[in-house]
Amino acid sequence: MTLPAEGSMVLATEQDIVMSRQTVRKLTQQINFSLVDQTKMITAASELSRNTVVYGGGGEMRWQVVTKEPKTGLRLAFEDKGPGIPDLTLALTDGWTSGKGMGVGLSGSRRLVNEFDIRTAVGEGTCVTITRWK
Amino acid sequence: MQRIPILQMGKCLLVTIQVDLQDQTALALQDDLSAKIEATGAHGVLIDISALEIVDSFIGRMLAGISGIARVLDATTVVVGMQPAVAITLVELGLSLEGVRTALNVERGMQMLRDAAVEDSRDATG
Repeated sequence: MTLPAEGSMVLATEQDIVMSRQTVRKLTQQINFSLVDQTKMITAASELSRNTVVYGGGGEMRWQVVTKEPKTGLRLAFEDKGPGIPDLTLALTDGWTSGKGMGVGLSGSRRLVNEFDIRTAVGEGTCVTITRWK
Repeated sequence: MQRIPILQMGKCLLVTIQVDLQDQTALALQDDLSAKIEATGAHGVLIDISALEIVDSFIGRMLAGISGIARVLDATTVVVGMQPAVAITLVELGLSLEGVRTALNVERGMQMLRDAAVEDSRDATG
């Protein structure tokens, strides 16, 4: 089954984290990412999906196949309506953890992609957008 | 929830991870392995991750956790078969898997465990 160039999926449970990895694998294969690029994008999606489920209390992942001639890429947005991140600089620091992880989730996934954007407001939620070009 | 089977071969425990790991499954494996090391008195644990298409920070933490727990229980852990793309991603992500011994494949991993066992017995007699 071919996935559409744009779409979204719910991120509510741990099983959804696995599902998001499988979705991103399928998408990156559809646009012929190299194996290393696929692996990087899937790993980043796994980290950010987990953040959405565990810290954001659930949300969604939206995807979009993007083109900037002659390049093709994949853009993913992870959005939740959770508590937000009070200190973004701190959260983006290597080794900082709120206690449940290794402290590489945000900072590490940022290194795995070409473009990284994060918007967060305390009490309103967080949206992380990543793009990787082929 | 799925559980990962643990096989025993002599004084070694063998685990082959062949499913896309859910966080709970990874945590259960950590618990199951700890219990099994205690029950069998195993000296070595070999974890084959050649079928894993990604290792994220959660799975990385699980592997480091197993290694640490096993060490305290007097067993050596070797993680084998990591795919090159996974290794590249892991390093870029910032995970060093500190304290986790790795080998290229099952054969070299088994050799490492045998060597570790020989060293142990030497320590015991010497």
